[in-house]
Amino acid sequence: MKILGFIAVIITGILLLQAERDFPDWGDPASPANNYRLSQHYITQTFTETTVPNMVTAVLADYRGYDTMFETVVIFTAGIAIIGILRVFGSSSQLEHKEPTLTAKKPDLIVDTTCRLLIPIIQLFALYVVAHGHHSPGGGFQGGVIFGASFILLALARNLQTAQKWLPESRVLTLAGAGIFIYAGFGVAALVLGGDFLDYGILTKLLPGGVEDARSHSMLGVEIGVAFTVTAIMFSIYSNLASNGKMKEGI
Amino acid sequence: MIWIFDIIILVFLVVTALISLQVKDLLSAAMIFGVYSFLMCLLWSGMGAVDVAFTEAAVGAGVSAVFLISTVLRTKRRSSD
Repeated sequence: MKILGFIAVIITGILLLQAERDFPDWGDPASPANNYRLSQHYITQTFTETTVPNMVTAVLADYRGYDTMFETVVIFTAGIAIIGILRVFGSSSQLEHKEPTLTAKKPDLIVDTTCRLLIPIIQLFALYVVAHGHHSPGGGFQGGVIFGASFILLALARNLQTAQKWLPESRVLTLAGAGIFIYAGFGVAALVLGGDFLDYGILTKLLPGGVEDARSHSMLGVEIGVAFTVTAIMFSIYSNLASNGKMKEGI
Repeated sequence: MIWIFDIIILVFLVVTALISLQVKDLLSAAMIFGVYSFLMCLLWSGMGAVDVAFTEAAVGAGVSAVFLISTVLRTKRRSSD
């Protein structure tokens, strides 16, 4: 069986190397992907239509907003599934086994001080990444992951209870749902005002500025929703994995 | 991008991928997988795909490494195959 797998890998590798010769050059402006009129439209018209310099975020949150909304739902569903599989309510003795002891019980001075200094900076940077996501690289997913990672760092440095003081389980689920609610809310608001679902241009009736500014501001709002969900689900996954679903003693 | 950097990163990418598959200690496999993600992030940023590089650094090298390590600590540390 191992030989068979090896042969399959070799043949696939040869085929891939053969196909690689037909690829366009890297960054070739005449390549099919760059020549297609839809991508031409994105590249040339994004700034005039949305006043957003980062066209990646513009495509993700505006032109392909429907995709991104359900990507957020995918993350939410993954978090709920992990809670459903791992979370243990009450104390069942058959699931008890030896807790792994990775850290000393007493908080270490160096670790503690470093985290005390680092965590506010990490959280500030995460907020910057979310808020500035449509002007520079970043956005809701990255900012949310960084914000969730700051709570994971707190849980690793101290213990799970300290981190859960800030993000208890009920708040995690509320945040995760609120994120999707914000995202879908922008879509429904556009629908109510007479536009299409997630057509941010119509939101100019509610938001200051012209149509382009409304699209830019709606992108920011949508990114904030994504960040809520991702932050909550990242911390929820970590705390379930680390405490074996008991939410008591983490790593 | 300077092509020498490209070659060095690609070689290390293959090396880390092979090591993380071969090594018996699952904790070090998880750590080396984080290294793999970080090299991938360098490649993305070299190609100018900064958004993808950012995601790779935050999700691949950061959070998923933590998830893998916390999973390893809940199972056996040694791989049996």
